[in-house]
Amino acid sequence: MIHSLFLVNASGDIFLEKHWKSVVSRSVCDYFFEAQERATEPENVPPVIPTPHHYLISVLRHRIYFVAVIQSEVPPLFVIEFLHRVVDTFQDYFGVCTEAAIKDNVVVVYELLEEMLDNGFPLATESNILKELIKPPTILRTMVNTITGSTNVGEQLPTGQLSVVPWRRTGVKYTNNEAYFDVVEEIDAIIDKSGSTITAEIQGVIDACVKLTGMPDLTLSFMNPRLLDDVSFHPCVRFKRWEAERILSFIPPDGNFRLLSYHVSSQNLVAIPVYVKHNISFREGSSQGRFDLTLGPKQTMGKAVESVLVSSQLPRGVLNANLNPSQGTYTFDPVTKMLTWDVGKINPQKLPSLKGTMSLQAGASKPDENPTINIQLKIQQMAISGLKVNRLDMYGEKYKPFKGIKYMTKAGKFQVRT
Amino acid sequence: MSASSAFNDEKGGSSSVGEPEYGHDPASGGIFSSDYKRHDDLKEMLDSNKDSLKLEAMKRIVAMIARGKNASDLFPAVVKNVACKNIEVKKLVYVYLVRYAEEQQDLALLSISTFQRGLKDPNQLIRASALRVLSSIRVTIIVPIMMLAIKEAASDMSPYVRKTAAHAIPKLYSLDPEQKDQLIEVIEKLLADKTTLVAGSVVMAFEEVCPERIDLIHKNYRKLCNLLIDVEEWGQVVIINMLTRYARTQFLNPNINESLLEEGGGGEKTFYGSDEDEDDDDEDDKEKKAEAATLAKRKPYVMDPDHRLLLRNTKPLLQSRNAAVVMAVAQLYFHLAPKAEIGVIAKALVRLLRSHSEVQYVVLQNVATMTIKRRGMFEPYLKSFYIRSTDPTQIKVLKLEVLTNLANETNISTILREFQTYIKSMDKDFVAATIQAIGRCATNIGEVRDTCLNGLVQLLSNRDELVVAESVVVIKKLLQMQPEKHSDIIKHMAKLTDNIQVPMARASILWLIGEYCEHVPKIAPDVLRKMAKSFTNEEDIVKLQIINLSAKLYLTNSKQTKLLTQYVLNLAKYDQNYDIRDRARFIRQLIVPTEKSGALSKYAKKLFLALKPAPVLESPFKDRDHFQLGSLSHLLNAKAGGYQELPDWPEAAPDPSVRNVEVPEWTKCSSREKRKEKKVEKPFYSDSEGESGPTESADSELDSASGSESGSGSEESGSGSESDESEEGSESEQESEEDKEEDKKKKKKELKKPVRESESEQSSEEEEETKREKKSKQRKSDSESESDEEEESESESSQSESEDSESEAEVKKKKKAADSKPPPKPVKTENKKEKKEMSLLDLDDFEPSPSPQVTPVNTFMSNSLVTDLEGLSLSDSVLSSATITPSSASKSYELLHRITGEGLSVEYCFSRQPFSPDGNMVAVQVQFNNSAASETKNLHMEDVKLQCGMRVKEFPEIELLPAGEAATAVMGIDFCDSTQAANFQLCTHTKKFFVSIQPPVGELMRPVFLTENEFKKEQGQLMGMNEITERLTLDAKCRNEHTIVQRVTTAANLSRVPCGSDKECRFAGRTVTSGSLVLVSVVTKEEGAAQLTVNCEKMVIGTMLVKDILLALTQ
Repeated sequence: MIHSLFLVNASGDIFLEKHWKSVVSRSVCDYFFEAQERATEPENVPPVIPTPHHYLISVLRHRIYFVAVIQSEVPPLFVIEFLHRVVDTFQDYFGVCTEAAIKDNVVVVYELLEEMLDNGFPLATESNILKELIKPPTILRTMVNTITGSTNVGEQLPTGQLSVVPWRRTGVKYTNNEAYFDVVEEIDAIIDKSGSTITAEIQGVIDACVKLTGMPDLTLSFMNPRLLDDVSFHPCVRFKRWEAERILSFIPPDGNFRLLSYHVSSQNLVAIPVYVKHNISFREGSSQGRFDLTLGPKQTMGKAVESVLVSSQLPRGVLNANLNPSQGTYTFDPVTKMLTWDVGKINPQKLPSLKGTMSLQAGASKPDENPTINIQLKIQQMAISGLKVNRLDMYGEKYKPFKGIKYMTKAGKFQVRT
Repeated sequence: MSASSAFNDEKGGSSSVGEPEYGHDPASGGIFSSDYKRHDDLKEMLDSNKDSLKLEAMKRIVAMIARGKNASDLFPAVVKNVACKNIEVKKLVYVYLVRYAEEQQDLALLSISTFQRGLKDPNQLIRASALRVLSSIRVTIIVPIMMLAIKEAASDMSPYVRKTAAHAIPKLYSLDPEQKDQLIEVIEKLLADKTTLVAGSVVMAFEEVCPERIDLIHKNYRKLCNLLIDVEEWGQVVIINMLTRYARTQFLNPNINESLLEEGGGGEKTFYGSDEDEDDDDEDDKEKKAEAATLAKRKPYVMDPDHRLLLRNTKPLLQSRNAAVVMAVAQLYFHLAPKAEIGVIAKALVRLLRSHSEVQYVVLQNVATMTIKRRGMFEPYLKSFYIRSTDPTQIKVLKLEVLTNLANETNISTILREFQTYIKSMDKDFVAATIQAIGRCATNIGEVRDTCLNGLVQLLSNRDELVVAESVVVIKKLLQMQPEKHSDIIKHMAKLTDNIQVPMARASILWLIGEYCEHVPKIAPDVLRKMAKSFTNEEDIVKLQIINLSAKLYLTNSKQTKLLTQYVLNLAKYDQNYDIRDRARFIRQLIVPTEKSGALSKYAKKLFLALKPAPVLESPFKDRDHFQLGSLSHLLNAKAGGYQELPDWPEAAPDPSVRNVEVPEWTKCSSREKRKEKKVEKPFYSDSEGESGPTESADSELDSASGSESGSGSEESGSGSESDESEEGSESEQESEEDKEEDKKKKKKELKKPVRESESEQSSEEEEETKREKKSKQRKSDSESESDEEEESESESSQSESEDSESEAEVKKKKKAADSKPPPKPVKTENKKEKKEMSLLDLDDFEPSPSPQVTPVNTFMSNSLVTDLEGLSLSDSVLSSATITPSSASKSYELLHRITGEGLSVEYCFSRQPFSPDGNMVAVQVQFNNSAASETKNLHMEDVKLQCGMRVKEFPEIELLPAGEAATAVMGIDFCDSTQAANFQLCTHTKKFFVSIQPPVGELMRPVFLTENEFKKEQGQLMGMNEITERLTLDAKCRNEHTIVQRVTTAANLSRVPCGSDKECRFAGRTVTSGSLVLVSVVTKEEGAAQLTVNCEKMVIGTMLVKDILLALTQ
């Protein structure tokens, strides 16, 4: 299925190649570079590029293109999903997935790729199995290895591949047994010019960090499971139990993993935590434009809105912006025309604002497009949909684990049109 | 860090022109000399004794390979280390080998023996990795070795090794396609494998090697459906895609009636093409032929239960975290599900839109195709496709496409309002696409045409030229629909020619003016005047339109434009572009009358100013769904290499009984023999059956003949065993000959019997032991309610025509038997007798009938066991032996088929008696049957291959088995509480046969007797991980206590535990080897709901047992 993989950096250099079948010359990437040149933005490179003998399927993550070479029919999502899984694995192993990290760990990368695909078909993609096969490099281990000559490759053969619960390794031991769950919700919204909501929905995930000894069997129940409209699970979750009782029952993988992601049913009204008052205008004939932006909290259930970051792509005609923030700092990049304003925490008594002028190209006519304002924010200790975990129980092991649940709300793709 | 230092060291060395360099090291000067030297250095390190040096060297080499540098000259030094003890060195050597073996074939051979040794290693993971590397080395000489290794690994006892074998198949195939036939055999064998680990990989191999051999899937279809949810996610994708294709060839279109209805009602769209309708007609014709009078109406569509099974088992996978799996299920539903059920996929697909932009890109492409056919499905999610300014352009354009497809009268105003904001976007390509989209909305929805047109005209004054140009092109298309109303717009556009520079827009304006010059009689000649002036500076498409305009004006208004036209034509005559010269010459001949000009010029006006049909603005995604959704070909809208076409639905459903997995039974022999004689030409893939597990059934040649009653109507999908089939055949044949109404009624009654039989057959296929007689007797009471539909008899009769007839006498006898309507059991025996009479000549195959022989013994034995043990238990004596007896009937499995065994057939059953020589062994009763012409001597077993821990007590050698005789022997196997097969060779004085015995999990335990309190106490200790609870809905026929007990004890060798509540049935047993407790309880609730709980220390046994019991209770 997947013939070869090329890693291409932002400047168009191939810095790693791996072949699972016969070697495909790296000149095949020329088609990719062509497409890359044609695309105005890096993310506009088409994910699937046909060439006379091959098909190139690529994903862009962390400014690195992962280009897979395919020779015959295969579901494109299959390849795309796999490539993302590769990136996730690298991130898991090296903390970051940058060109430098990959080059520093080229041997581990190669060993990982070797295990993940056999003849182009995915073999082991579960991070728990991979970690049994190839231990992630840590500073300590690297030092020990250089001195003693021992290896990163696990001596133990991966039993996970053979077990009924392939996502969990056997023989896990911790002195502190703990299980943490983060309920993170994101609001996706489009607010129109007049401040009314065009569309708004809530997407949430429950990320878990489970460090428990042995083979614990957990159940997690919600106070209001009806809120969850559409869910997708980690393979460990027993689907039938959920269907029947709306209870999440699972043997957790070891370490960090995403337990489920969900969509809150659209019948529920979505609370919009902030409002934006804006006045961005350009006058005909003048080389000046006015910029006036004020933020305020709206439906926050009494919680503070933090880490607010406003960004906006200004029209091409804008040369510079001369603004005055009431709090926080702003930057304007004259090349990309990107205005960002790091607001911080919103104080309801003193609303943050950003006011000033924009200078336009002299003589140019007034730009007729309106910028949109993107907002990022965080609200701690609250899930905006009102989702609440009822209880978490553990079976199968004797000890008492430490349990913790954290709620957070974030803005996802939150846009205000002007 | 060693790896990074390797990088730096390497850097200066081998560098070729154009190769990217990283963090360039200025110190590396001399290129080639140092390169060689460095490699010497590596060689030295590789030759050293220290593993750490070797490792260091290998790491550097791998780093070179990773950067695409040539390290092939190190091959001899590296290959030596293939047997290195250090695992990491070994792994890196493997990496190197796989990369360079193809280039250095001779040297690569040096490593082969290491792998061959690895293949024999007792550790399954080492065996697997040896096979993996061996098969990855692309050296043609070793093809035979690979073939052998794959074959061996395919029957390895470790599922992981078998999985690796499945992976190796496509590798070998790509190396040497000539091996296809042999590989197909291996695939066939692996397809029969029951572990989830293997399923995905072998289907992948199937897809790469022999996707056309759909017949290999039949027997494994249901198993694949049932395993699907537990297969790893990548395997799921491959299996679902394959099953989609399979279902398209085997089932009927579920929307067949609906498409017909829509046609009749003159619905807005026909969802399926016209060929579908032809299909219907064909089908009707056939029906008429088959039975002229009865069916005036269409027959109602009833979904094949197997089709339903597929849809039901894939649905939960929509919840997968893997986008590829979700997409695969979505396409399966789109292509296979009834219209009413497709809606479920919309939500899941919309969810994927939250994922990475590449995923969005692919999903949106597929959604775009779906929205054309099934618009309603995505309408509730309209807002999810609204565009954000941060989306990449390619995503924006696709979302626009979806929005346009979703537009209808009710939502168009909101969509247009959205479009309004999009037009102000900074992304000009996106704006252009939006304008196109507005144009399409305007053509599709008449109500908003004027609004759209006005909006577009306003855009003509936009400052961005691209926007204006795009608007002009779209307006042109819209105006063509009703030009007379909009002459002012045409005038407005004529003015634009002064400013607008985009060639396509200019050309469009000129075409408009020419086409509708009657509406703008004053302006048109003036435009031509201006254009004539600038002619030489225009782009080619504009020039062509100028010529076109001049010709049209000449024809309508020659007085004013004659000179202008000639001027333009003269300019064009000397143009550089030959198309333009050509056009000019052609037009001059047409419009300017000369003496020579023929009849054509008279019609010039008609030629140029004919009424042209308005263009239809179509989605580029129209008709893309003839490609399988989610495929690469669909995405590219072009057939990719290796793409398997999605077949059209069949006109009539192929025989559904091919999917029945049959377990050979003694009673079958005679009819099988007969059939074989008749249908010799049918392909018969029985070579591997002897070695394969019990699921595999060899009787593929029989299937074509079996009844189709299940497909056409009844709930039960299975067809009866062979003897029943042939019976049916003859009956219905006779019916069709006589064709009397009353006979039909009788036949229906009779038909029920085979159906019932088939049920039991089906359940037995799921590895549970069945006592057929018992069951059918018991079912007799409740199965009367099954409704037989008319076409049942119809198809029956039509089928019988194709079937070879049996002797008249027999038919009559049988009819007699049917007339008297005796209970099924007597009928059966009677039939058997008849068969015997009839097939006197090939009687050797039939005699002796062993089922009566086996059953009584078992009943007796286990009864006595019960009484024995009863004495031991302290509990009350409620336990009647009657409740336990059902379990005593043993199902037999085939060990050696008569064909493979050259006359010797061997079957085995688990007799459930304690094996006296060793209590840890399971007793296996082996039945030998010599149907060959000559006697068989010295039957014994040899070369027992077992997984560690397993033991076998061989049966005593059978000295002599005369022709036509049968013999029974008992052997003991200690399976170590696993369902791994015991492989051994069965030897006669002349031959050896590889055979294997695999136990169903239910046979790995022996009953123990507990009191209610003991049971509760033990259950309390086996909580948590050791407890598995499943909810289920009991089969309609299995709602009383008696049946539950019977079915559970049939599925597993357990004994009943007394219980105060009549809502609960409890069972207990211990595994044979380790003596771990196995506790089962079934709690029944209202409406057939029930809860099954299994407590067992051995989790694997527990889970497998749950599956088996679940099957037993629900089927």
